[in-house]
Amino acid sequence: MNALRRNVLKSAAGAGTVAVAVAAGLMKPTLALAGAPRSAFEAKNVGDALKGMGATAPADSKDIAIKAPDIAENGAVVPVEVTSNIAGTTTIAIMAEKNASPLIADFDLSSGALGFVSTRIKMGQTSLIRAVVTAGGKSYTAAKEVKVTIGGCGG
Amino acid sequence: MAEPMRIRATMSGDVADVKVLMNHPMETGLRKDSKTGKLIPAHYITDVTASVNGTKVLDAGLSGGISKNPYLGFKVKGPKAGDKVVVTWADNTGDKNSAEATIS
Repeated sequence: MNALRRNVLKSAAGAGTVAVAVAAGLMKPTLALAGAPRSAFEAKNVGDALKGMGATAPADSKDIAIKAPDIAENGAVVPVEVTSNIAGTTTIAIMAEKNASPLIADFDLSSGALGFVSTRIKMGQTSLIRAVVTAGGKSYTAAKEVKVTIGGCGG
Repeated sequence: MAEPMRIRATMSGDVADVKVLMNHPMETGLRKDSKTGKLIPAHYITDVTASVNGTKVLDAGLSGGISKNPYLGFKVKGPKAGDKVVVTWADNTGDKNSAEATIS
């Protein structure tokens, strides 16, 4: 299974390849891991990533707080903290809009986990960091701009 | 490859504050080796799960967009001091690692 997945990813024509693999029954959808399907992580723009996650038109929300530096000197390590004050938050996804693959991480929260995640991400260039929160079957979003002086994605 | 990872879990009020540091190169597959000019193959954590006393509280999907040696912090309401937190990750090459900590 893992060898297969690696080959599929290696041939990475992206979302399409995975979709074809799923359709052909090579990869059971359940293998595509929890939360957002793996194809969402391979999307090359924000719209496709949102679509892949099943959150096409998230509503802007002031109840989501993104804590990140205004200016990140090193794009390879940008601390990001997302707090959702929306009741019943079940997932938090983090995107860097101008990264080659915008969707960075997706967290499914359950059994008492609060609407809070903290991590460190890579950013290729100055961009909006977008948090997408799902609560009660609805999607909400908020964004914060982070200026990057040295990109963290290239060589 | 499975190097140690670190977890710290502390109670503040009725909320357990869990911090995890994983050891992983998190290669995106887009970076070039400066000597050979060849692409370094993708090698990153794709899946992280966390549970408290056997109940899953967090199930995360990650990508190469997470920084090297990933840090993850989350908060769980309900557990008590002495409860056990287990964090497991798997990467795109099939490698896995797991660690546990006791909430203090």
